[in-house]
Formats: sequence, C-alpha cells, structure tokens
Amino acid sequence: MRRVPSWAWAAMVLAGVLLFNALFTPGFFSIVIRDGRFFGSIVDIFNRAAPVGLLALGMTLVIATGGVDLSVGAVMAIGGTIAAGLISRPGETPFAGGKPQPAMAIPVALFGSLLCGMFNGLLVAVIELQPIVATLLLMVAGRGVAQLLANGQILTFHDSGFAALARGATLGIPNPVWILLIGFVLFSVLARKTAMGLFVEATGSNPVAAQYVGIDARAIRFAVYALSGLCAGMAGLITTADIQAADANNAGLYLELDAILAVSVGGTALAGGRFSLVGSMIGALLMQALTTTILTRGVSPEITLVLKAAVVVGVCLLQAPAFREILAKRIRRAPAQ
Amino acid sequence: MSRASLKEKLPILITASVLVLLTLAAGLRFDNFLSLRVLMNLIADNAFLGVIAVGLTFVILTGGIDLSVGSMMGLGGIVAAELITVSHVHPLIALLVPIAVGGFLGWGQGTLIAKLGLPPFLVTLSGLFLCRGIALAISRESVQIEHPFFRTLTNWSVSLPAKASLSLGSIVFILVVFGGMILARQSRFGRTVYAIGGNANSAELMGLPVRRTLVWTYVLSGMCAGLGGVLFALYTSSGNAISGTGLELDAIATVVIGGTLLSGGYGSVLGTLLGVLTLGVVQTAITFMGTLSSWWTRIVIGTLLLFFMLVQKVIELAARRGQTT
Repeated sequence: MRRVPSWAWAAMVLAGVLLFNALFTPGFFSIVIRDGRFFGSIVDIFNRAAPVGLLALGMTLVIATGGVDLSVGAVMAIGGTIAAGLISRPGETPFAGGKPQPAMAIPVALFGSLLCGMFNGLLVAVIELQPIVATLLLMVAGRGVAQLLANGQILTFHDSGFAALARGATLGIPNPVWILLIGFVLFSVLARKTAMGLFVEATGSNPVAAQYVGIDARAIRFAVYALSGLCAGMAGLITTADIQAADANNAGLYLELDAILAVSVGGTALAGGRFSLVGSMIGALLMQALTTTILTRGVSPEITLVLKAAVVVGVCLLQAPAFREILAKRIRRAPAQ
Repeated sequence: MSRASLKEKLPILITASVLVLLTLAAGLRFDNFLSLRVLMNLIADNAFLGVIAVGLTFVILTGGIDLSVGSMMGLGGIVAAELITVSHVHPLIALLVPIAVGGFLGWGQGTLIAKLGLPPFLVTLSGLFLCRGIALAISRESVQIEHPFFRTLTNWSVSLPAKASLSLGSIVFILVVFGGMILARQSRFGRTVYAIGGNANSAELMGLPVRRTLVWTYVLSGMCAGLGGVLFALYTSSGNAISGTGLELDAIATVVIGGTLLSGGYGSVLGTLLGVLTLGVVQTAITFMGTLSSWWTRIVIGTLLLFFMLVQKVIELAARRGQTT
C-alpha cells in the first residue's frame, strides 16, 4: 500500500470547506478580471493566506527540528516598523532626521528580522534554552522593541512602490501570492534538493544520533530560527504594505498561533522529525478558507476562532495514534453486535 | 547544601534577591515607594495574574503548558458580567460559575492531553481560540456590572495602618497562594505532580496515577483562570471578552521568573508569588517614573526573563557537572 501523505486529512478538510462553498455560497468560485488582475473569493483566500503561509514555511523547519518559534508575530511588527520608519521618518522616532529612504526599507527590515531570528537561534542552539521559553522572550520584548522604534505611534505612510508589495498584481495574480510561491519554491529546493531537509529531520528525530553521524545539529538549529525570522520579516512587510501603516501593538498579533496551527494541521508533528512544506501550505490555506467562508456567509467573525479550534482539535485527533486505536476498536466491535 | 537541593533552592533565592534589589532601588529613587500602601496596591493590581500563575505553576511542574489561561480569564469575566447584568443571577452564584466553567474546559483539555496523548501546547492553543471565540460570541462589548451586592464586594476591604487596605481580590490571591503551597508540598496530588515532571515514565512505573493527575492539573489551571476572571471583574466592575489578551505570556514569564523549570519537576508556588511581586514592582516603578512609556515594562520583563533563563541554565550545567565528577 502506498503511504498516505501526512497532510491528507488537512487536504480533505480543505476540500470539504470548498465543497461546502460550492454548494451553498453563490459566486464563491467566480473569478472576474478587473484592471488586469483576478478577483474572487478563491483569489482572496490565496492572497490573504500569504503572510501566514510565509510564517508557516519558516515555522515548518523550526518545528521539524523539535522546536517552535513563538516570536514570529512580534518579529513581523519589528520588520514592519523598520520599513515604515525608513519610509515615513516621523519626528521623535529613532528614524527622525535624514531623508526618507524607501529603497532601503525592504533590505533593512529584512536584515532586522534576520537578526531577530539569529537572536532566537543563538538562545536555542548555542545557549540551549528550551525553544518555547527562548522565543517567548522575543515575543514579550519584541513588541516593546517595535514600539520603541515607533516611539509608541502608529507609523503611517504613502508610498505606492512599497504598497505594491501587498496591493499590486503581476500577470493578474496578486503580489503576495507570488511572494509566497517564490518562498515555497525556495524552501522546497532547500529542503528537498539539498541535504538540508534531511539534516533538519535528523536533528528533530534524534539530536544525539544526528550529532554522531556528523551533522552539526547546532548550526542547523541556528539556521532554521534565522530563516524563520526572515520569513516573519517578509510577512510583516506584506501586512505593513497592505494597510500602509505599522502598528507595533497589533501587527501580526496571534499570527504565530495561526502559523503553528497551519503547520501542525498540515501533518508536521510538533515533536519534530518528518515535515511537510506542502502540508503547511494546505494548512495555511485551510485557516484562511475557514475565515473567508465565515466572512462571505455573514456569520459573526468570532465564530472563526471557535471553528479554528474545533478543526485543529479534530485534525489532531485524527492524527493521534491513541484516538485512532479507540476509533478502530469501535469500528471493529460494531459489526459483531 | 547538597547539589539537588542547591538546584531546587538557588533559583528561588536569586529571584528573592532580585526582588529585594529592585524594590530597594525603586525605594531609593522614589520617596513613597517603600510603603505598605504601595505594596497593597501592587498586590491588588496583580491579584488576577497571581491566581492564574499559581494554577499554571502546577501544569508547568508536570512539564506541560497551558496557553488558554488568558482567554479563559476573559471568558470567566464576561460570563460573570452577563449572568449578573443581563440574566439577573445573584452575584454569589454568578461569581462561582466562571470557576466551574474554567474547571470544565480544563477537564476537556486535560482529557485530550492525558488520555489521548495530544501535545499540551496545541490543545491549549486551540483552547485559547475556543475561549476567546465563545467570550466574543457572548458579548463583543464590555459589560458593566451593576448590582448592590456586587458593589459591596468590590468596595469591601480590610483597613490596615498607614492608609493601606487589603481588597477582597488580594485576600483571595493570598489564600490561593497558601492553598497552592499546601497542595504542592503537603498533598499526594502535589507529590505526584513533581514526580510526573521529574520523569513521567518512572512515575507511571511507580504506580502513580499519572493520567488522572495530569487531567486534574489542567482542571486546576482552568479553575484558577476562571477565578482570575472573577477577580478581574471585581477589579474593573465589568466583564470584557478581550480582557486577558496575552496574559498567558505574562503568567508563564511570572512562573519562569519564579524559578520553575519549564521542563517540569523543579519549582514552587512560593517562587511564583515572588515572580508576581517582581513583575508588580517593575510595573509600579515604571509607573512611578512617569516619563517612561509603558512599553518599557515589556522590555524590562523580557530582560528579566532572559536573565533568569540564563541563571537556570548555569545552575543546570553546574548540577550536571556535579553528577559526572
């Protein structure tokens, strides 16, 4: 029998959500072309899933090494604030004085978020702190740093070039979708065409054994946290460009949780080891499909949270060996009665 | 002092010294800082956080984590407020309901974790979403609580010398701390909790009721979070579905600063109390300064957290070296 991919359950639930919409939400699948770009609920799902998808890419590798990165939401806020600060340069922030430098916004913001990721990597890989606590640190302090950079203000700006990052479209497809696609391809190549993926899986399954076969588990761990920081920075740039403002308090709030949920629903075990980038993408799309469905059906958005919780627990239960055993026993017993 | 007890005692001693140093520094800087009144206010302001942190301590001692406490507190607050204001239930009953709700949800989470082997991190993360969703579905707006008996409760306090007073919330907090200390150190449940945190397999082989105890730690944490919601409702005279956002992180930080290892097995409720007080002193000192903005609180807490994690690491390494030589 061929091995069923670990993301099968997530894909089935996603298909179920889409099928539900096909049957009950009129016009859900209609795509119109306006101003040379595609519009429609499906396009919207891909577009809005991009930030969480990017976070999930970095998070997948982190989780595969047996860790977790709680700081991605805060790093998004830092990245967004750096970019907005460099573009707008309002008074009394560290950015004040000097000319606005929109050209530097993206590289500097990405470098800043890479540094955040490296800080996490340092704590986890070199000092060997538990990942949950080590990244909790930046999650708590990161928003403080972002607010410090913005001097407590919400930095707003107008820069059509930067805004195109989130609002523009290339070949009819929104730019965030392209960014996510490029990220996905890069990560897939890194993970599957080089030995990196194998090293990551080895580190996550058994760090001691990995060390014995000559894998530098420390370097691998450091690298995945750095990459996760970089992904978070990119996601932060998209959300900042989308709303043309950097809100240190709310940018990326709870998005770390969405990313972790997307990864684990996608079939990557939180304990580390095997991972699936495709699964994480499906997970991210599932999260967004649920949200979009609820919004288009006019149900109050609070229910999204409840539904997300239910879906995650459901998918995790289906993946849990203990629950499958109980289920299997029930099914076996049923015909005997 | 033997190595083992050094590993156990040293973190709490360091927390205590940092707390004393911070308090003295703030006391030297500000004239009125070292007064009973400031201390009592500090306790009253952090009572809900403290109660939640005590419950969380037990979960963390087993090596688990409960991320749902913040939103469960929000749920508890809004449930209490709705019951009193909209359903006209007597406050005495309405204030007990959130504790039961928290306990029930904690039981559900504990069952998924202990009986079905799902990761605590993921289950309680879903719990976070679930509670916040339910709370927002109950009421999106803040609900004011207007009831004569409730007002008596919020205004009630024990007068102390020097214009200080001990509010009902503070008394509950202190009682919960004492209860937690007794439960952790003097009960069979507490011993099992430490045993699970030390090594769950050994505990199982010793014949300890590992799964049942695990479920109960999450029930306890849920009940404490519900109680935290009640205290917050008393503190603000209202219920708000989004209250307690991000509080789970403050609570975890408090527990870690208090010297409890996140890997389980080592720690104490007393340490958590010291952690709450440290957090409170930082907040109060920053408020006293006036010119410093609130986000400095988060940066200082982050720095403290880093400091304590490094200290724990050093102790751990020292203990390991002691074992091998």
